[in-house]
Amino acid sequence: MSNRLVNILVPVISVILGLLVGAIVMLVSGYDPVKGYTALWNGIFGDSYAIGETIRQITPYLLSGLAVAFAFRTGLFNIGVEGQLLVGWFAAAYVGVAFDLPMYIHLPFAIIAAAVAGGLWALVPGLLKAKLQVHEVIVTIMMNYIALHTTNVLIRAMSDGGENTGTIKETASLKSVFFESITDYSRLHYGIFIALAMVLVMWFILEKTTIGFELKAVGFNKNASEYAGMNVNKNIILSMVISGAFAGLAGAMEALGTFQYASVKGGFTGIGFDGIAVALLGANTPLGVVFGATLFGALKYGALNMPNAADIPVEIVSIVIAIIIFFVACGYVIRYFLEKKNKKKEAK
Amino acid sequence: MDYVIEMLGIRKEFGSFVANDNITLQLKKGEIHALLGENGAGKSTLMNVLFGLYQPEAGEIKVNGKSVKITDPNVANDLGIGMVHQHFMLVEKFTVTENIILGNELTKSGIINIKDAAKKIQSLSEMYGLEVDPYAKIEDISVGMQQRVEILKTLYRGAEILIFDEPTASLTPQEIHELIQIMKRLIQEGKSIILITHKLQEIMDVSDRVTVIRKGEGIGTVITKETNPNELASLMVGRQVDFTTVKDEANPTEESLVVNNLVVTDYRGIEKVKGLNLTVRKGEIVGIAGIDGNGQSELIESITGLRKVKSGSIKINGQDVTNKKPRQITEAGVGHIPQDRHKHGLVMDFSIGHNIALQTYYAPPISKNGIIDYGKVSELAQKIIKDYDVRTQGEETLARSLSGGNQQKAIIGREVIRNPELLIAALPTRGLDVGAIEFIHQRLIEQRDKGKAVLLLSFELDEVMNVSDRIAVIYDGQIVDTLQPKDTTEQELGLLMAGQHKTGKDVKQGEQQHVE
Ligand SMILES: Nc1ncnc2c1ncn2[C@@H]1O[C@H](COP(=O)(O)OP(=O)(O)OP(=O)(O)O)[C@@H](O)[C@H]1O
Ligand SMILES: [Mg+2]
Repeated sequence: MSNRLVNILVPVISVILGLLVGAIVMLVSGYDPVKGYTALWNGIFGDSYAIGETIRQITPYLLSGLAVAFAFRTGLFNIGVEGQLLVGWFAAAYVGVAFDLPMYIHLPFAIIAAAVAGGLWALVPGLLKAKLQVHEVIVTIMMNYIALHTTNVLIRAMSDGGENTGTIKETASLKSVFFESITDYSRLHYGIFIALAMVLVMWFILEKTTIGFELKAVGFNKNASEYAGMNVNKNIILSMVISGAFAGLAGAMEALGTFQYASVKGGFTGIGFDGIAVALLGANTPLGVVFGATLFGALKYGALNMPNAADIPVEIVSIVIAIIIFFVACGYVIRYFLEKKNKKKEAK
Repeated sequence: MDYVIEMLGIRKEFGSFVANDNITLQLKKGEIHALLGENGAGKSTLMNVLFGLYQPEAGEIKVNGKSVKITDPNVANDLGIGMVHQHFMLVEKFTVTENIILGNELTKSGIINIKDAAKKIQSLSEMYGLEVDPYAKIEDISVGMQQRVEILKTLYRGAEILIFDEPTASLTPQEIHELIQIMKRLIQEGKSIILITHKLQEIMDVSDRVTVIRKGEGIGTVITKETNPNELASLMVGRQVDFTTVKDEANPTEESLVVNNLVVTDYRGIEKVKGLNLTVRKGEIVGIAGIDGNGQSELIESITGLRKVKSGSIKINGQDVTNKKPRQITEAGVGHIPQDRHKHGLVMDFSIGHNIALQTYYAPPISKNGIIDYGKVSELAQKIIKDYDVRTQGEETLARSLSGGNQQKAIIGREVIRNPELLIAALPTRGLDVGAIEFIHQRLIEQRDKGKAVLLLSFELDEVMNVSDRIAVIYDGQIVDTLQPKDTTEQELGLLMAGQHKTGKDVKQGEQQHVE
C-alpha cells in the first residue's frame, strides 16, 4: 500500500469505526443512533449558524493544539497550555477594557498582550527545566492552578469584587459584522484568521528557519545539538515561550472574540488539555493540528445538539464523542507505533 | 553436509532499493563463518533478516534442514539464534544479572529469583570463560565486559547459533584478543558463529569460511585457509586494492593546538587528564596512542568544548579557548569527528542533508537572516555524498537508515569539507571497510598537505603508525612520550602505552626533546 493511501485511509477507517462503536453504545442504552447522528450532523453543519459556531469552536483548539505540538517537537511536554491560555485570556480582556486607543493599536496590543502573558507564564517552567532540570510536566501542572486562581483574584480586583471584567471596548474586539450577517448571528469572529496564520507561522518556523532547525535538533538529540554548538538550554526556554505564546493567543480568541470579557472561573476550560489530544491527533505537525482541531471542535460543538434533537442524555453523548476521538487517536497511535517500530528495526 | 543455518536466495528491499539480492549463506555446525562486504553491502540487513527483525521479500531460511519463517526475534530465540548487536542493548542502571534475565526472568510464585539466576549466569560464565561481575551495574563496567554481558544474554536464552555484528569495532586490541579466545571456546562447546568484521586479519585468524557480499549481491563463499587478505579485499570491492598509505614528509610550521598543563575530571569528579601537555603544528598529523580509559576521551571533549577544564589552558591558532563553548571553538577553526557517532555526531531522526548542515546551518551561505536555504543544503549534501562515497538513496534519507560505515563517512565529509585549520579525528575509521579506511587516511593526509593541523585519536596501532607524523603516547592522563613512527615499533609503543618507560630514558626527557 502506498504511503499516501495509508495516510488517507487510517483516519477515515478510524472515524467509521468510532461511529460504529458509538452507535452500538447508543443502541445498547436504548437510543436511536440514526437520530443521534443526524442530530450531531445537524449540530455541526445543519444551518449557517451551526457552521459559524463550529468554526468559532475550532479556533481556540487550533491554537492550543499548536502550543502543545510546538513544545513536543523540542521534546517538551507542555501540559500548562490551560494555564497559559487563562493568563492570555485575562491579559487580552484587561487591555481590551482598560485602554482607550484607536483600533489599529488597541486590537494588536490586546492580542500581543495575550501572547506575551502566555509566553511569560511558560517561561517559568522553561527556566526551571533548563537551569535546574525540574521536569516541565510537574511545573506546568502546578502553574495551571496558579493561573486559574490568580486570574480569578485579578478579575475580582478589577471589578471590585465582581465576577466579570466587563465587556472589552469595541476597538479591541475581533467581532465580525460580516460573519454575523452570513451566519445568522453566530459568534464567529475574525480570530479564525489569526489561528490559521499561526498554523503557517509554526510551519515556517519549523521548516524554514534556523531557530526551527535548532529546536528540532534539540528535540531529537541533545548531545549532538550541543556538539554542533547549539545552546540546548536556550532552545528549551525558547520552545516553551513560543508554545506559551500560542496558548496565550488561544485565550485572546475567547477574550476578544467569543466572549468579549473574562470572568471568574470555577474550573479549567479544558481547551488547553484538549490541545494535547489535538496535537497528538495531528502527529504534532501544523497541518495535522488543523485536522485534529477541526475534528475536536466540530464534535464538541455538534454534540451539544444531541440532547435537544435526539433526547440522548449528555452522559451518553460524552461517551459517544469520546469513543469517536478514541478511535481516531488509536489510528494515529497505532500508526505512530508501527512507524516507530519500523524505525527501530531500520536502525542498525 | 549438515548445515545448522541455511539462508537461500535471500532478497530484501527497502522501498525501491534492494539491500539484499539473492544471497546465500550456509553455516556449518561448529564453524566460525565470517561475513564480509563493503559499508552498505547489506551485511547487517541480512543478519537482521536471520534474527527476525526484517522479513525477506524472497528466499528461504532453513534451521537444521527444516524450512522456517522467522517472524520476530522471539522466534529466532526459540530456534536457538542469538545476536550481539553492534550497539549494545543494555539497561545502564540495571545490574549485569538483571540485564541478562530481562524478559526471561526466573520466577518463584511471581517473584524474581535473582539468586538462582545469578548462579546460572555464574556457571555459564565459567564454562565459556566470560568473566563478568553479576552484581555490577552496566554503567560502571567496561565496553568489553558489556559485550560479554550481551554474549551471556544470548547463551542464557539457550542460543546455539550466535551472530556477532562488528563486535570488534568498539573494542581495544586487548579486548579483541579476549573476544577471540571466547569465540574459540564457544566453538569447542558446539556453538556456531556468524561474524561480521571489516578487519581482514581477524577473519584470517579466527574464521573457517568467508561469505562475501558486494552491493547487496552474494559473491560466494571461500575457505579461509585457501585465501589471503588481498584476495578477500578484491572479492569484496570487485577490483584490486592497494593497502599502502602513501605520503610525503611532513612540513610542520607554526603551532595550531597548544595544550598546557591540562587537568580534566570525568563525570564523577575523578581526574582523568592530569597535567597534560601537547602541541600540534600546522602541516602535521599527531596521533595519540594509548589504551582506552587513559584520558583520551576527556582530553578531546575538553579541547572541543564538550567538557569543562579544571585547570590548565588550551590554545587554538593563537586564541585561548579554555572552557569556551563548542560554537566558539568551531569558529576558531576546528573540525571534530566525534568518537561516538550516535551520541554526538548525528541526529538520527534528521535526514542526511540536515545532518550535513549541522555545523553550518546558522551562517551564510546555508542561511541568511535566520532563514535556511534548503536548496544549498541539498547541494552540499549531494557533494559530500558523491565525494565521500556515502552509499544512500539520497540526501532525504534519514541518518538512521544508513549503514554504520556510511553514517561515519557522512560525518567525516561534513567535518573535512569545511577545511578546518585544526581537524580532530577521534576513531575516524571505526566501522569502515578497508577501501573506505584507505580513502579517509588519504583525506587526513591531504588536509595536512594543505597546511592544516590534524590530531588523530586511534586505538589501532597500525593506523597510528601509518598515518601520523608524530605519535604522542598517553598514559594515565599524561603524554608520557612523543616519537616518530619511523623510530619506533609496535612493541615499543605497546610498552609505553602500558606505562613502562624505555630503558635509560625517563619520561620527562622524552617530552622535553619535543618541546625544543
Ligand atoms: N531501514 C532501511 N531503510 C532504507 N534503507 C536501508 C535500511 N536499512 C538499511 N538500508 C540500506 O541498505 C544498505 C545495506 O545496509 P546495511 O546496514 O545492511 O549495510 P552493512 O553491510 O551492514 O554496512 P556497514 O558495514 O557500514 O555496517 C545500505 O545502503 C542502507 O542505506
Ligand atoms: Mg552493518
